Amino acid sequence: MANLKELTHNKEGLAGGHRLCAGCGASIAVRQIMLAAGNTPIVTGCATGCLEVSTTIYPYTSWTGPFIHNAFENSAATVSGVEAAFVGLKRAGKIPADKRIKFVAFGGDGGTYDIGLQSLSGAMERGHDMVYVCYDNGAYMNTGIQRSSATPFGAWATTAEVGKAQQGKTQRRKDLTSIMADHGIPYAAQASISHWKDLTTKAEKAFNVEGPAFINVLSPCPRGWRTAPDQSVEIAKLAVRTGFWPLFEVEDGHWRQTVKVMNRKPVEEFLKPQGRFKHLFTPENAELLAAVQAEVDRYWEFIQKRVTCEA
Amino acid sequence: MAVEQKTVATTGNVLVAEAFRQCEPDVVAAYPITPQTTIVEEFAKFVAQGKVHTDYVTVESEHSALSACIGASAAGARVMTATSSQGLALMWEELHIASGMRLPIVMANANRALSAPINIHCDHSDIMGARDAGWIMYFAETAQEAYDNTLMALRVAEHPDVLLPALSALDGFITTHSIDRAEMFSDEDVAAFVGEYEPERALLDVANPVSHGTFAGLGGTFLEFKKAERNAMDSSMGVIKDVGAEFAELSGRPFDVIEGWGVEDADYVIVALGSTAGNARHVARELRSQGIKAGVLKIRIFRPFPFTEIAEALASAKAVAVLDRADSFGAEGGPLFLEIRSALFDAQKRPALVNYVYGLGGADVRLELMHQVFGDLADLADGVHEPGRLVYLGAR
Repeated sequence: MANLKELTHNKEGLAGGHRLCAGCGASIAVRQIMLAAGNTPIVTGCATGCLEVSTTIYPYTSWTGPFIHNAFENSAATVSGVEAAFVGLKRAGKIPADKRIKFVAFGGDGGTYDIGLQSLSGAMERGHDMVYVCYDNGAYMNTGIQRSSATPFGAWATTAEVGKAQQGKTQRRKDLTSIMADHGIPYAAQASISHWKDLTTKAEKAFNVEGPAFINVLSPCPRGWRTAPDQSVEIAKLAVRTGFWPLFEVEDGHWRQTVKVMNRKPVEEFLKPQGRFKHLFTPENAELLAAVQAEVDRYWEFIQKRVTCEA
Repeated sequence: MAVEQKTVATTGNVLVAEAFRQCEPDVVAAYPITPQTTIVEEFAKFVAQGKVHTDYVTVESEHSALSACIGASAAGARVMTATSSQGLALMWEELHIASGMRLPIVMANANRALSAPINIHCDHSDIMGARDAGWIMYFAETAQEAYDNTLMALRVAEHPDVLLPALSALDGFITTHSIDRAEMFSDEDVAAFVGEYEPERALLDVANPVSHGTFAGLGGTFLEFKKAERNAMDSSMGVIKDVGAEFAELSGRPFDVIEGWGVEDADYVIVALGSTAGNARHVARELRSQGIKAGVLKIRIFRPFPFTEIAEALASAKAVAVLDRADSFGAEGGPLFLEIRSALFDAQKRPALVNYVYGLGGADVRLELMHQVFGDLADLADGVHEPGRLVYLGAR
């Protein structure tokens, strides 16, 4: 797998000058993943969302290679169509049989866990040779921090408010990475922008497998998480160290934890720097805070049962 | 001089599938829905038999069908698909994106009622949902026309002056499933007629990268994109006629955007879309033998709407009935009526108009109903009825 120096020699897929916020996890994730693809041409698709609106303000584009945005819920179906065109045109002899192009689709958690889940599931089941990347920042950030099925239990969101009768989101988050792994695709992984080596290695593997691959990248959002822009990487690291966001991969059905966590920290350390969790730290919400810890423990144990620690 | 063709006895759907095969699309992404299913089934056979090079994407919904078609078309492929009813409704968001991105996708639609209540039979409530979506719209009366329209639609859609998606609509069950006599071209003649698709800005042209579907939310460019789309749709009328003339020459079957029967000297005219034109013509012929000047105007192209041609065709009629197989609830009439009435507004001479909503959900379009309409038109011309009424024809 490529080291940092090698990666820097690769082509940048996302040029600077885009309009994403300072400290946006999405741009970090995209840049690392595109670098990991090496120098094979990539066609990129993107769901409607921050990443798309901030990188393609007409007449400009930040994408150095071919790019397509269609709508919110269908970046997987759209890119599956691009890949199908590649297959069909090769069969017609209009594209040389030895031509290599990679295909990647990006979507936020709203466009992936929620409205785009069916489109993603269909594309993965059909076996297109493509990579789907979810940049998970845990809410509909582009429209103003509304809750999604990726929003953590107890988090504040503008549609999961904090008040006398309710303290943020009352449901647990959906475990999308497991759902995708359970499609039986050749490669599925969970990664974080804080662990660049782990992320780029996973991206390389995802691009190299024949058939569909899925990566779910934790991508902090300073606006939505109510954090300082220079804290994004640090907070993503805490998500891993508290076990909120275990890093693992599933290769041909073999589950593996890629980053081992020694002495898992209490989830409070991940929650405390974030304004979206501040209500959890009032004395009357002590029970809720304990419930959040219990939910993190439950998910951690669930994943532990599925992985064999090899890292 | 028309080329040699093969006479077949088959259904509209089989002929549409054959037209797809002969057009050699690089990608077909489709989802099954009654009564479109036999198109995608027939095409699946061609794929299994290796008769096409098409990558056939059997998606999990119609929304993904058109989404994948959009990706494939932007990639530089020739792309075709088919749907119906709820499927077309589920595609609604993507209909506008396909045209906004100027992608020449051709889609067959088996016209069928929209729920609720659920109903699988013919009407135009599904296809009328696409009327403002920036798609060229062909309507077929017969299986032959469904075949012909599909071939012409591809040529028009892919024309560099047009680059808009096109719908080839045929009436559910009536045209999709009835066995009809038709003429089919040889594969070579179709290949020569439709030619190769030469995309200008393909995603797969990785040496010349472009961004498709960008954000035009700032600086007012959105308005300009839409104006360009309007201009393309307007100018497609000339291309439709040119392609139609070439097609008529090749097939020996005349083509025009509207097709009149006895309209030139008719006192009473029925205007209709699709299969009903045949029923109306049958009755008009009977009335003519009784000395009643009846005529029928069939609309073959609904988008762009041939308003000039229609106004001219109807100028000398005394009374005209517009038959709508869909309603536009709360409007003055059905969608076709509104278009016709608008087309006549600037005309020097305007006939009296009446609107019938008929045949919804496959309600029988019996010949007595056509007699009733022509009878009403005589009353309308004589001043017995007020013009501008909306009647639910055949409803109890």
